[in-house]
Amino acid sequence: MSEIIRRDPRREWIARNRLHPEHASVLAALGVNRGGDGGAVSEWLGPNGVVRKNPRAIGFIGPNGVKRIDRSGLQQGGQSTATTTAARDSRRTVTIDQPAFLVVVVPDLTGGRLSGHDKDLLGLARRVADADAEQPGAVVAILFGEHKGEGGGELKEQALGEAGIDRVVHLDDEFYAGFAPEARLAALSAVEREMTPRFWLLPDSPLGGADLGRRLALRLGERAATGVWQVEADNEAPLGWRCTARGAAGSLDIQRPLPRVALALAECAEPVDETRHAAEHLALAASIPTTLSRIEDLGQVAVDPAGVALAEAEFILSGGNGVKQWDAFHHAAKVLGATEGASRVAVDDGFMARDRQVGATGTWVTARVYMAVGISGAIQHLQGIQRCDKVVAINLDPGCDIIKRADLAVIGDSTQILAALVAMVEQQRGGQRDAA
Amino acid sequence: MQPDLQQKQQQQGIDVAVLVSIGRHPTTGRARRAEQDARGLELALAIEAELPGTRISMLHAGSQDDSSEAALRGYLGMATGVGMGLESMTLLEQPEGSDAIPALAKHLAATSPQLVITGARAERGEGSGLLPYALAEHLGWPLVNSLASVEKVENGVVTLLQALPRGQRRRLKVRLPAIISVDEAAPAARQSAFGPARRATFAITPTTPEADSELAQWHLAPARKRPKRLKIVKAASARDRFKAAASKSEGKGGQVLTDVTPEQGAEAIYQLLKEEDVLR
Repeated sequence: MSEIIRRDPRREWIARNRLHPEHASVLAALGVNRGGDGGAVSEWLGPNGVVRKNPRAIGFIGPNGVKRIDRSGLQQGGQSTATTTAARDSRRTVTIDQPAFLVVVVPDLTGGRLSGHDKDLLGLARRVADADAEQPGAVVAILFGEHKGEGGGELKEQALGEAGIDRVVHLDDEFYAGFAPEARLAALSAVEREMTPRFWLLPDSPLGGADLGRRLALRLGERAATGVWQVEADNEAPLGWRCTARGAAGSLDIQRPLPRVALALAECAEPVDETRHAAEHLALAASIPTTLSRIEDLGQVAVDPAGVALAEAEFILSGGNGVKQWDAFHHAAKVLGATEGASRVAVDDGFMARDRQVGATGTWVTARVYMAVGISGAIQHLQGIQRCDKVVAINLDPGCDIIKRADLAVIGDSTQILAALVAMVEQQRGGQRDAA
Repeated sequence: MQPDLQQKQQQQGIDVAVLVSIGRHPTTGRARRAEQDARGLELALAIEAELPGTRISMLHAGSQDDSSEAALRGYLGMATGVGMGLESMTLLEQPEGSDAIPALAKHLAATSPQLVITGARAERGEGSGLLPYALAEHLGWPLVNSLASVEKVENGVVTLLQALPRGQRRRLKVRLPAIISVDEAAPAARQSAFGPARRATFAITPTTPEADSELAQWHLAPARKRPKRLKIVKAASARDRFKAAASKSEGKGGQVLTDVTPEQGAEAIYQLLKEEDVLR
C-alpha cells in the first residue's frame, strides 16, 4: 500500500478521550502501549503521525519519594516478562529422528538434578554429536534413580531437553539406589548391546561417575581416557577426535585419540544454551539380567555434622545478627542435622568460632541447602554462598538483599520460626519411630 | 582351651596384599612413597592390629634402581613393631614403560590373598586410576572405591565404611576376596622409620614384561594451566550488554512469605528441606 499515513480523526478523538466507552478497544486497535500500572496511556500516535509520549504515565515512586523512570525495562512488569518470554523462545527446537550414531551420557544426577558438571558433559556430547551437520548423532542420557528437575511435569522434561538430550533411558528401579555398581553396570552393558553407541561419556567426579565409568570401560575392554578436559577434531584419530587428559595426579597433559569411553572433568565444554532437544523417553527392549551382588549396601551412616568441613557441608544452618537466642539456634542445628555457619557479625560478637564464618573473608561454601537465619546478606556474604543450590532465608526485614537471593524467604521472628520448625521435625521423627 | 583359642585367632586372620607404587613429590618431582598407597598400607596395619594373625604382603611392579628403592623403603619403614611381617616386600621386576597390570594380576591369582588394597590412582605415568578396576575385572573380584575404614572382618565378609563426597559415610558389606581402593578420605599414613626401612629386604621376582605400546604413542607434556571459563554474554542490544555487565547476577526471585504465622513459615521450610532430602 501507499506510504501515506491515513488518519481517522474520530478514532484519534476517542483515543484521547479516556471517558469514551470505546476508548479501550480503540487503543488496542491503534497498538498503543500503556504505562506500568495499566493506568494512563504512555505512548500514542499523534495527529501528525508522530509518536507522542506521556512521561507522567510511566515510572514509579522511588525509595526517597522521588519519581524514577527506569528505561532498562527491569521495573515495568509487563515489558520485562515480554523480554523473558522472548529469551525463552530464542532456543531453537531440534529433533533428530534418524541419528547417524549415538553418544551415551550417564550423568551423576546428584539430588535428582543435573549438576553443572553434567551439563558441561552434555555440552561436550552435543559437540561430538553435531560435528557433522548433515548427519547428526543423538545424545542418549541414562538416568539412574529419581529425576526431580525444576518444577514438575512438562517443565521437568523441558529441563532435560534444554540440557541437550535427545533420548532418555530412565532406570528408576530400587535396586539401582545407593551403591549398586554391579546392577548399574549390568544395565549399561544391556544398553551397549542394544544401541552400540559410538561414544560413552561420563563425568570424572567422585559422586559416582568416576567409579562407574572405569568399571564400564573395563567391561567393554576399552582403555578409557580419564580426566579429559579438552576435545578437538582430528582426522588422523580412529574415531575422528583427539582429547587432552590430565594424568599423573594432575601434573601431566596426555594427548591421545579419543577412545570410546571417556571420563571428562568439569568445564570440559560449554553447556547447551541455544537449542532445545526432544528428550524422548526410550525403554530398553531386552530385560536386564539381575546380578547377584557381592556388595551389600547397608545405607548411609549418620555423621556428626559439626565434624564436616564447612566448605563441603551439604546442609548449613547459618546465624547472623538477627539471632538472639543462640542456645535455641544450636539446638535447631542439632535437630535438623545441619552444619553450623555464621555471618561475620555473629563471629565478631563472639557467638560463633572464627572457622564457622561464611563469606568472602571466611569460607566459600557449596551447600545444597543453605539456611540463613537473621542474616541480611552483605555482598561479602552473598559471594560466599554463590555456589549454594537452594537458599532459605528467615528475616524480619523484607527488603534486605538475602531475600532477593533466597529461593524461599520467610519474613518473621527467627526464634519462633526455628522453634516451630524444630517441633515439626521432632514430631515427624517421633511419628516415624512409632510407625516402625 | 588355649590352643583352641589360638587356632581360632589364626583362622580369623586374613591375607592382605597392599599394592604400592612410586610417588612423585608435587613440587620437587622427586620419587617418594605415594600418598594414597601409604594410606592403604596404614589401613592394612590397622586391620592387623584389630585382627591378630593377619598377614600383610607388599607388592610393587617396576624396575629396581636407587631412587625407586629409596621410595619403596618409605613404605617398609612404616611397620616398626616386632613381628609385624613387613621385613620384606615383593618386587615384580620389569623395565620402565611396561604394563603393570598383567604382572600384578598373575601374581595375585597365584598367591590369592583375600583382600587387596591399592591407592586410587598413581602419581606418575598415566595415573588414570584404572588399575584397581582392571585387576577386579581380571580376577573377577568385587571392588569398592574410596574407602574410609575397615570395621570388621568376619566369616569371609568384610564390613567397610566408604567415604562419600561432602564428608558422608556409607556402610558396605563385601564378600571376600575383594579389592578396595583408598583415596584421601582414609586415615593419614604414619611416619616412616629409618632403621627398619634400611633393614628390610626385597624379594625380587622376575616377570615377562609386556611393553605398554599404547602409552608410548601418546604425547605427554607437563600440565598446562586450564583456561578460565569466560562469562559469555549473548546480547542482541547494547542495553542487554549493559545490563549483563552492570546488574547483580542473582535476580531470579524466589518465594517470599510475608504475614504468615511461625507455624506456616516453618511448614514451608520443612517442605523444602524434605524435597531436597537433607533431613535424616
